[in-house]
Amino acid sequence: MSLFSLFGALEIGLIFGLVALGVFISFRLLKFPDLTVDGSFPLGGAVGAVCIAGGMDPFLATVLAMLAGAVAGVFTALLNVHLKIMDLLASILMMIALYSINLRIMGRPNVPLIMEPTVFSILEVSWIDDYVMRPLILIVVVILVKLLLDAYFATQQGLSIRATGSNPRMARAQGVNTGGMIILGMAISNGLVGLAGALFAQTQGGADISMGIGTIVIGLAAVIVGESILPARKMYLLTLAVILGAVVYRFFIALALNSDFIGLKAQDLNLVTALLVVFALVIPLIKKRLSRPKRL
Amino acid sequence: MLKASNLNITFNAGTPIETRALQGLSVTIPSGQFVTVIGTNGAGKSTLLNAVSGDLDVDSGSILIDETEVANQPVWKRAGLVARVFQDPMAGTCEDLTIEENMALAQQRGNRRGLSWAVKASQRDYYQEQLARLNLGLENRLTDRIGLLSGGQRQAVSLLMAALQPSRILLLDEHTAALDPRTADFVLELTNTLVTEKQLTTMMVTHSMRQALDIGDRTLMLHQGKVVLDVAGEERKGMQITDLLAMFEQVRGEEVTDDALLLG
Repeated sequence: MSLFSLFGALEIGLIFGLVALGVFISFRLLKFPDLTVDGSFPLGGAVGAVCIAGGMDPFLATVLAMLAGAVAGVFTALLNVHLKIMDLLASILMMIALYSINLRIMGRPNVPLIMEPTVFSILEVSWIDDYVMRPLILIVVVILVKLLLDAYFATQQGLSIRATGSNPRMARAQGVNTGGMIILGMAISNGLVGLAGALFAQTQGGADISMGIGTIVIGLAAVIVGESILPARKMYLLTLAVILGAVVYRFFIALALNSDFIGLKAQDLNLVTALLVVFALVIPLIKKRLSRPKRL
Repeated sequence: MLKASNLNITFNAGTPIETRALQGLSVTIPSGQFVTVIGTNGAGKSTLLNAVSGDLDVDSGSILIDETEVANQPVWKRAGLVARVFQDPMAGTCEDLTIEENMALAQQRGNRRGLSWAVKASQRDYYQEQLARLNLGLENRLTDRIGLLSGGQRQAVSLLMAALQPSRILLLDEHTAALDPRTADFVLELTNTLVTEKQLTTMMVTHSMRQALDIGDRTLMLHQGKVVLDVAGEERKGMQITDLLAMFEQVRGEEVTDDALLLG
């Protein structure tokens, strides 16, 4: 594998580290199986790309993309909390609604950003190659987000979100407005995914309507891989594990796609991801079977 | 003070399995009183507790806690007034959170939760001091996940948590029923200590007549969603389980067949 594709894998891995953090918040902390991600990722890309193509400052455009993602998360949570639609179904409804919304925002299936300024082109320096600089910028962004999340989940409000996912009845008895906490948590989760979508569009030269397909599975794969390479209970280790999971996952995908002898092509990506998640989910089951004493 | 008037709750209304769990139940508990509540299965004990806590909506009636009408408030809104320990030891704590995080959560019961640190260094000493009273060695395990503790330990911590923050009424829903006899005694003794020490207005549902008479200031017996027996003071002091049973049979006009009541 070339140095170039190594840095490329790191770059995408870090962006999906943000997605994985979002998925971690919804699936693991709130126990809310949220597929909105498949729509909020391209939403972030679409909002970011359209704003930049329209002449907006890329930093402001990225912030707007993050807010757009957060709003999507809020709507999914509202469907669930106030209209009592089952969590998974609420997120699927939001996901397909976002497909149309994203097309509306972009006005066509893709918005190229080849000639436009991006947060990366602005921060670029002449003495570092751009393919090295991009992952460096992303490392700073991802670490910053991680530290902010660690701090937030140690506050009273953050603790309420964790309690809501862990034992909603107890949380309510302690005076936690659990519905409000689900809305807040889903906003943070999808905000991170929207941010990732905007950064992805800016590294890949544009937003595309199909860029969201399989985002949730990749995010979940990252979470699961992370949890198995760094099994931990402490929040700051969990967030670290999730980011590492995303990077390691992308690295192995790049390795697989770059190794001619395996014969995998880029279009096999989603299949490989799905198989990986199935594999990761089945391992604990197999372990349990093997460790169970045989009946006489 | 708790003043419940004319509470009605009907489950599955209009169907063949309609159950009238509370039928115009009224009860007033003055501040600082410790009331024990007994009754057979289906008498409405848990329903009454859940109505006061807000887990169940009443069909009609009023629930005043001090001067506040709470009958239509969601659980989390009235949590500042109501403290609670559940029957299931797993229900009262968050197993994914540490002991100190659980306590911090309880200490903010009914307060706004902002962006200050959940567990402050200054509170840790207080938590340790409180946990030390249990003599379970938990004061040195503040950062352990509470899921690692046994059911009895978790129930004891739940009780401490309920008393961390002032409440207008403490609800105990058969909170010793799921524990082994020794642990149950321990938790019951702790209940008595905490309630006396903090002068808590308390309503404790129990399955055991022995328990009902031994602790507290007043005993209520529910039957078919109503209060059928209400004893306190001198009358209650000299009472034996057999007296209670006799009175109960008189009220019901039939023999008690629920073994759980007799054996508790």
